[in-house]
Amino acid sequence: MIQAINEAIRQEMERDERVIVLGEDVGKNGGVFRATDGLFEQFGDRRVFDTPLAESGIIGTSIGLAVNGFRPVAEIQFLGFAYQAMDQLAAQAARLRFRSAGRFTCPLVVRSPYGGGVRTPELHSDALEALFTHSPGLKVVMPSNAFDAKGLLISAIRDEDPVLFLEPMKLYRALRMEVPDEPYEIPLGTAHVVKEGEDVTIISWGATVPLVAKLAEEMKEKGIDAEVIDLRSLQPLDIDAIVQSVEKTGRVMVVHEAVKTNGFGAEIAALISERALFSLSAPIVRVTGYDTPYPVPSVEDEWLPNAARIVEGVQTLMRY
Amino acid sequence: MFDQDQLQFEMVQLLDENGNGDEKTLASFSDEFLVALYRWMRKARVIDERLLKMQRQGRIGTYAPFGGQEAAQIGSVFALESNDWIFPTYREIAACLAHGLPLAQIFRYLRGHLSGGRTPEHLNIFPIQIIIGAQTLHATGCAWATKLKGETQVSVCYFGDGATSQGDFHEALNFASVYQVPVIFFCQNNQYAISVPVHKQTASRTIAQKAVAYGMKGVLVDGNDALAVYKTVKEAADAARNGGGPVLIEAFTYRLGPHTTSDDPAKYRNAEEAEKWRQKKDPLHRLRVFLEKRGIWTEGEEEEWVAQVNGEVTAAYEEAAADGSGSIVDALSCVYGKPSKLLQEQKQEAARRKQGKEGK
Repeated sequence: MIQAINEAIRQEMERDERVIVLGEDVGKNGGVFRATDGLFEQFGDRRVFDTPLAESGIIGTSIGLAVNGFRPVAEIQFLGFAYQAMDQLAAQAARLRFRSAGRFTCPLVVRSPYGGGVRTPELHSDALEALFTHSPGLKVVMPSNAFDAKGLLISAIRDEDPVLFLEPMKLYRALRMEVPDEPYEIPLGTAHVVKEGEDVTIISWGATVPLVAKLAEEMKEKGIDAEVIDLRSLQPLDIDAIVQSVEKTGRVMVVHEAVKTNGFGAEIAALISERALFSLSAPIVRVTGYDTPYPVPSVEDEWLPNAARIVEGVQTLMRY
Repeated sequence: MFDQDQLQFEMVQLLDENGNGDEKTLASFSDEFLVALYRWMRKARVIDERLLKMQRQGRIGTYAPFGGQEAAQIGSVFALESNDWIFPTYREIAACLAHGLPLAQIFRYLRGHLSGGRTPEHLNIFPIQIIIGAQTLHATGCAWATKLKGETQVSVCYFGDGATSQGDFHEALNFASVYQVPVIFFCQNNQYAISVPVHKQTASRTIAQKAVAYGMKGVLVDGNDALAVYKTVKEAADAARNGGGPVLIEAFTYRLGPHTTSDDPAKYRNAEEAEKWRQKKDPLHRLRVFLEKRGIWTEGEEEEWVAQVNGEVTAAYEEAAADGSGSIVDALSCVYGKPSKLLQEQKQEAARRKQGKEGK
């Protein structure tokens, strides 16, 4: 996935000279995960900037750059550090179009790694997507594989509005897959049906999708035919894909790493109750992080939505 | 304790409180320039007073008066080119007007019209900022873009003494200096952030001296001396345009009125203090005295001008008040370039309710 992300940025920089990259260690070092590797060498110090260490500064100056003709691709080194930039993200970038009644737009992409299971120090793993889906004006995109990452990132860079592009760091190098060499777009707001099924719908995004897909295959052998939907983007949301699947299966599970209360799973459950309540034959199940700050490595595997918790959730649903 | 005398900043002043100054320096300003500058300051004062009255009459919403800061705002804008960028806060109505924003647009903003935050396409004026200090970074980024494109505009960022405590202010000065971008940080130190006096805001003796830590030029200027402000900003802008990098300017001034129409300054400062600034240091007074001594302004011209501006205010208000554009449906249309399906549904709901209401 990391190569696909790198290629997407490189190809967009080649296509459009307004695309610039800025963030901490993104230049000579190529990013702490090497997402921007080689870009500084190829495009030089007028397109790729190692900024001072200040998250609010990175996002705030990116807004000014975006308004005055550039298309910045900014990196927040770990999503937990985005708290430092909350005003610039949620109160400034998000509202610029609205506040200026459409005169100014903010074509800005903020890339940030997130996600657990990799034994990081504190505040490196937190899944904070719900904070940003609660900020009208922002888009929130969360790829789960290399192919999607490239197509979604290219769409995000070409979008006229600010996009949070959240990259599951556990998947950066986890899975190898063929990715087309040429640039391509995956429209924001289109979900992907990873596996079709009849018995239960499992909705997920980002870091948890590969685990859910693997478990769905295993469950098939035990006679449970699960449909797996990878949302890919939470804002905009592909509500039609969700409703269609729920109407087919009548059983729903949402899996996400973020904490449970007011997580995006709650929004999905509410939307389903508004639109497809009478298709349900069981209460909606959420398998998520517990309502604590993201924990230390010694307990994170039990904290995360792991295989045991997901399988148990499906079994509960199948009892109805 | 650190001896701050090592960081001495003399206050730049061309015209003292009685309208006197170095004759040779003052001779360099043309009659035409001086009259135009004074007319704008007088106009701004009239507008400020009218807006306060109109707020009390319920014709506009909460208003943050700028009275006392006309020299800082008008003097600084006079030093700019028409295509330079400005980043105003809610107190920079005078600066916005002098940089070309139509008065009717200010009324739309203050009356809460949906289009109130939209500045005309040909003007490089950012929407009015509410979050203290947030615009310092936007101005820095904007100036950075100007530099990367090889263009010559400068970006001028307005803020008050309170903003210098915010993290964004420090991040902005740091970024601006690291990348040597053409931005002017223009601080109107009006000595109060709502109720908190500047000596409780910062232990620095001057705000200008904060520039030193960022490897940047800092200038302290008498913010009630329009000519000194003009000269200081002009020099900073010329330097920035020619690759000289950012400058921090502290314009030392005083807010004569309340923080906003919801504020009562009697709770935190004594009336004599404000009266002293009003009587002795009014920025309009010293320039008018100087103009009269030069024989280029009379009482008659003053009266005629004030009457004309009052007419403009009434006309602009009426234009804005008659503007019925901007519905809830329009509000739902300017969140994204392309609204999501869910937002589209909400828009349809709002449109249906609006139609139903109007049908009754």
